[in-house]
Amino acid sequence: MMKRTLLIAAALLGLSAPAYAAGETPVPPQLKWSFQGPFGKFDRAQLQRGFKVYREVCASCHGLSYVSFRNLSQPGGPEFSEAQVRALAAEYKIQDGPNEAGDMFERPGRAADRFPSPFPNENAAAAANGGKAPPDLSLMPKARTYERGFPWFIIDVFRQYSENGADYVTALLNGYEEAPQGFTVPEGGHYNHYYPGHVIAMPKPLSDGQVEYPKNEAGQPQAPETVDQYARDVTAFLTWTAEPHLEARKRLGFQAMLFLLVLSVLLYFTKKKIWARVGGEVEGHATPPMTHNP
Amino acid sequence: MAETTTHVAEPTRRDFLFIATGAAAAVGGATLVWPFIQSLAPDAATVAAGAPVEVDLGPIAEGQIVKVFWRGKLIFVRHRTAEEIKAAQDVNVATLRDPQPDSARVKPDHAQWLIVYGNCTHLGCVPLGQQGEYHGWFCPCHGSVFDTSGRVRGGPAPINLPIPPYTFTSDTKIVIGQEATA
Amino acid sequence: MSQHATTYVPKSAFGKWFESRLPIASLVHSSFIAFPVPRNLTYFWTFGAILVFMLVAQIVTGVFLAMYYTPNAAMAFQSVEHIMRDVNYGWLLRYLHANGASMFFVAVYIHIFRNFYYGSYKAPREVLYILGVIIFLLMMATAFMGYVLPWGQMSFWGATVITNLFSAIPVVGETIVSFLWGGYSVGNPTLNRFFSLHFLLPFMIFGVVILHVWALHVPGQNNPTGIPIKSGKDAVPFTPYATIKDIFAVVVFMLFFGYWVFYMPNYLGHADNYIPANPAVTPSHIVPEWYFLPFYAILRAIPDKLGGVIAMFSAIAVWFLMPWLDTSKVRSTAYRPLYKQFFWVFVAVCVLLGWLGSKPAEGWYVVVSQIATAYYFIHFLVILPVLGFVERPLPLPNSILESVMGVQKGGAGMPAGANAEPQSKG
Repeated sequence: MMKRTLLIAAALLGLSAPAYAAGETPVPPQLKWSFQGPFGKFDRAQLQRGFKVYREVCASCHGLSYVSFRNLSQPGGPEFSEAQVRALAAEYKIQDGPNEAGDMFERPGRAADRFPSPFPNENAAAAANGGKAPPDLSLMPKARTYERGFPWFIIDVFRQYSENGADYVTALLNGYEEAPQGFTVPEGGHYNHYYPGHVIAMPKPLSDGQVEYPKNEAGQPQAPETVDQYARDVTAFLTWTAEPHLEARKRLGFQAMLFLLVLSVLLYFTKKKIWARVGGEVEGHATPPMTHNP
Repeated sequence: MAETTTHVAEPTRRDFLFIATGAAAAVGGATLVWPFIQSLAPDAATVAAGAPVEVDLGPIAEGQIVKVFWRGKLIFVRHRTAEEIKAAQDVNVATLRDPQPDSARVKPDHAQWLIVYGNCTHLGCVPLGQQGEYHGWFCPCHGSVFDTSGRVRGGPAPINLPIPPYTFTSDTKIVIGQEATA
Repeated sequence: MSQHATTYVPKSAFGKWFESRLPIASLVHSSFIAFPVPRNLTYFWTFGAILVFMLVAQIVTGVFLAMYYTPNAAMAFQSVEHIMRDVNYGWLLRYLHANGASMFFVAVYIHIFRNFYYGSYKAPREVLYILGVIIFLLMMATAFMGYVLPWGQMSFWGATVITNLFSAIPVVGETIVSFLWGGYSVGNPTLNRFFSLHFLLPFMIFGVVILHVWALHVPGQNNPTGIPIKSGKDAVPFTPYATIKDIFAVVVFMLFFGYWVFYMPNYLGHADNYIPANPAVTPSHIVPEWYFLPFYAILRAIPDKLGGVIAMFSAIAVWFLMPWLDTSKVRSTAYRPLYKQFFWVFVAVCVLLGWLGSKPAEGWYVVVSQIATAYYFIHFLVILPVLGFVERPLPLPNSILESVMGVQKGGAGMPAGANAEPQSKG
């Protein structure tokens, strides 16, 4: 009897092998984010720190081409002051032109300009990075996800879990480690615990103490200067660049849902009152007797 | 009887007019539709951009696959290793889904160069090189497997990766889109 | 729109003048005010109104999006990001439109399965039903082309996979595909023509919807008992009774819709579609939108390319034959104890196919897909015809009123004068 049970179990395991093989990349841990849930908001200080990490680390290879400097001061984002944004934009060189002589020229950036990309085009980016162009980061947390599987993909709807991308990006930035025994990392690749297939072209980008965070009154950094904190902060910043109107969306959502709820209650009672004129609403059919026609 | 004949003959003349008018209108209608249908076909600029392209094989190392585009279609240029050529040749052609000997898929004396379209014949995805059971290509979409000759060996793809028209202009140069005129 | 006697009499002089020139007011009155509605309709019958709302919502949001969208392969992705970031409430318009497509399909699937359950497709409503299937096909085409427009990775590869289906047609397949593309692969001409058709098709849907509603007003609505209106007491006038119920249902549906738009706007889409289209890289796992998944599973279940395509199109084509494949004289499944069980098995199989469609085509997924596909067709081609002969239905009530209120009670129904009985004979 025992033997038979084991045989069946083995058969079942064998059957489910392809499913397991498909999902062998580890699942990123689900983190706490200030912007999750129906009333979620970005943490301004975190977005500002995240921007600093992007600027000092990521920006050397990755573009942010859908984002303009002016976005940094708009409501619902890092909310730098307009003066700060103007000063920041002026530090960048933007190609403009042609001028009256017909030549292209460089000028200091303005708030209305987009972030200039680190490479002139994708081929140049690929050539400078071992054949694979570093992807633009403007939409990164929305452009990445991980497989949730049954039944989680249903539960996610009710608990409003839509931070898959953010969790994955943070996990990836934290996921650099030594390759396990017997795993050969091809040349130009780097082992990452959370990257599908584990071999990623990007070398470990962050290390502890690499970016200096603003100090609080006590002279201590606002947040720990660790890889994990950098990863969370830059992910929060990129979540904002991917979805700059997230706060407006959730705020309008609450108002709209509340209004619709009140309206539907009013309509329900109106409907009841109208149907009372014909003796109330009757629906469906009586339960038929469980006997058959003779 | 005679009466019947005249009865039939009369309408025949009238019918001819109706048929002629109807036919003329139908021809006119069909002619009108023609430009609309034709406008959907690839336009002159697209056709012109589909002119043959030259590929220099010199820099392609042994074992390497290079992707080139011709007519917006992806083409793999594969510099096969000796084992890969041997693996492609040592196959019982009769067992294949789309039987074709390796010699029919490369140019004579250029067996190290395999030039095939880079889209899976199932639904057009891009198969991954040097993967799958036969180390040819493996399509990540629906699991088609191709060998080192680009022949389908498993999965849903119905036929081998097709060979684009190309010709060797020298030992290290090919022109894709132009068939050799012998 | 229908042959019902109308009780509409214009009151004002202008009304009389206008009525004698264009009798639209009396048409509206007879179709949407005095029209007799079975009094026992459940909320499953409000999905027609919900679908009209969704169609209008999609057209309105779509027209506004089209003011900013650029149908060009080099600019489409960026123009969508421009809408999302810079256009006032652009994010709202786009999320409404993108999630609206899914909501449209949620509503249409409930509408279709309500029709399957209560036998609404049977005589005398065959034409009404067939028009509905045509609307569904147009919806699928519109949704597919709409998904291509943002020109992300899934847009591009979805378009490549689906247009390539036509290459399975012998002899002329390749030519047809190059005419669909306007080139040698999916590219800028393809995007342009898809945009043009995506704009046109909703208005064609609107036209067929008018025919669908027209065809509805000839036999009148089916109802949970499946037996026709026999006297005024079985029915209530459309306005205000059905109208207020429909409006209430639409607002509740808007709550459901809003939940996705405001809190889970990207859940029903694919992350890959936030990566710009790249003809040289295939996403690791090409999956269509959820509402196509059952058909996609059927496509992949058949190991032969042409066979798969034929199976997929047959899966919908078989719907057209349903009024004649179902041999049972009884409409409502409430009185069909055997069919009721097969109905729920069929629903489960459709859900299973949807789940399989989202899985990679490998291992035992393929085997299960093949079994489920076989069952799908057996349901229509074997179970439906045979069941009509072997099943003994439960006794039908004498009237709608008797079924829902008991013989004695009765209640006020249509006024006696409004003897506007639908021409239902069945």
